[in-house]
Amino acid sequence: MSEKKYPAPVTNPETAAFWDAARGGKFMIKRCTACGEAHYFPRSICPFCYSDKTVWEEASGEGTIYTYSLMRKSPTGPYAIGYVTLKEGPSVQTNFVDCDLEKLKIGQKVKVVFKPTDGAPLPFFTPV
Amino acid sequence: MTIKGKAYIAGIFEHPTRHAPDKSTAQLHAEVAKGAIEDAGISKDDVDGYFCAGDAPGGAWPMVDYLGLNTRKLRHVDSTETGGCSYIIHLGHAAEAIAAGKCSIALITLAGKPRTGVMPPRAAGAEVDFESAYGATTHNAYGMCAMRHMHDYGTTSEQLAWIKVAASHHAQYNPHAMLRDVVTVEDVLNSPMISDPLHRMDCCVVSDGGGALIVTTPEIAKSLKKPQVRLIGHGEAMKGPRGGKDLDLTYSAGVWSGPRAFEEAGITPKDIKYASIYDSFTITVLMQLEDLGFCRKGEGGKFVADGNLISGVGKLPFNTDGGGLCSNHPVNRGGMTKIIEAVRQLRGEAHPKVQVKNCDLAIAHGTGGLLGVRHAASTAILERV
Repeated sequence: MSEKKYPAPVTNPETAAFWDAARGGKFMIKRCTACGEAHYFPRSICPFCYSDKTVWEEASGEGTIYTYSLMRKSPTGPYAIGYVTLKEGPSVQTNFVDCDLEKLKIGQKVKVVFKPTDGAPLPFFTPV
Repeated sequence: MTIKGKAYIAGIFEHPTRHAPDKSTAQLHAEVAKGAIEDAGISKDDVDGYFCAGDAPGGAWPMVDYLGLNTRKLRHVDSTETGGCSYIIHLGHAAEAIAAGKCSIALITLAGKPRTGVMPPRAAGAEVDFESAYGATTHNAYGMCAMRHMHDYGTTSEQLAWIKVAASHHAQYNPHAMLRDVVTVEDVLNSPMISDPLHRMDCCVVSDGGGALIVTTPEIAKSLKKPQVRLIGHGEAMKGPRGGKDLDLTYSAGVWSGPRAFEEAGITPKDIKYASIYDSFTITVLMQLEDLGFCRKGEGGKFVADGNLISGVGKLPFNTDGGGLCSNHPVNRGGMTKIIEAVRQLRGEAHPKVQVKNCDLAIAHGTGGLLGVRHAASTAILERV
């Protein structure tokens, strides 16, 4: 099957650093230096304590599957959407790729992989 | 300050169509407005409040103009958009406006044609770059909830199937329902897998159509001929992944909207005789029943099994029109029809085969958006006076 074509992120001043890092293969999250909590997707103001002291942090890119659902049919073929709970704490929405979609399981260990677009690459996850 | 008993639902109308290729969306809004106004026995020139959501072409002011509402009299509008539960939220907001003296006869309309053509996409939120590529749809967003609910609580596909079975038992008596055949648990399990673990029969129908309500003051309602149905409790709430912290897709914002409504009404789930529960998918019903307190979290599967939701059979008759799973799901938004069937039950106007005896307290509850991503919820508790 040919590689699926993904839409390029539009990006904006608040999230540009995420996409710049993605071009270098780095998966970034935001952490608040006031309350210590990490979050995703990235915001300038911490969604938990409303501090503006949030900083970029490179995440391990490792996590476990919180849940998923295998969409059996779509114009671009079957795909599996889900959430990954990162080692750093936050859960992120994603698709699972480069694997047998029938064998996905809640709790399975996964790692980030980037897929190209016409702009910055997009993060996906694949079983370890 | 409470809205308890301050507003009555005096008019209801559900469009009989399920497929309307020869009508415009605005026309459907006008037809349901006319239907509800006639049901109430008022004049459209008496309407002084108008409520609509994202399905109304152009929003409130083009609709007010198109509908020919009396702009010398109209003094309150609200176009709160929260997806399928918008109309349950509108009902609460109409009661607030009436209680505050801001209007006395409110019209709420919903209409559209997703079965005829593709619906326009929703405007993007701040999450767009971090989510849109992953293809969240209604099917897989609710599939993700069901998958985790099964993992955490042992909920089974058989239990979910009982929800569709109950809806089909009711739909057989609704001449307008899209799917009138009574189905079995096996039928549901044998239907094609759409997005794991949801089968085709776990999903609601796609239909054109619409509905409308007239909400008014106690004084005006008492002057009209219809049986009196009033709002005694209302709640609204929202839920999302909130930065990915402590993600839990096994409960909905109904855990907050429900208790708010019950507290205002001064009753408990045990007092409810009939429940309209948004059924975009079977899992939607199961989670909301738990969230509203009809059973404990994780016990929804046991609660819905063995016909417990079938009128005349089980303890909690639900969606006696066949609901979204069998009758209709106008504009992919189930909140309006949930209120309408609850009012029919309270008026004693439901089909005799599904009418709940001595039905004096009912709930209409729904969600909007995607349960597995971010969504709103609203709960209305209604009483026959």
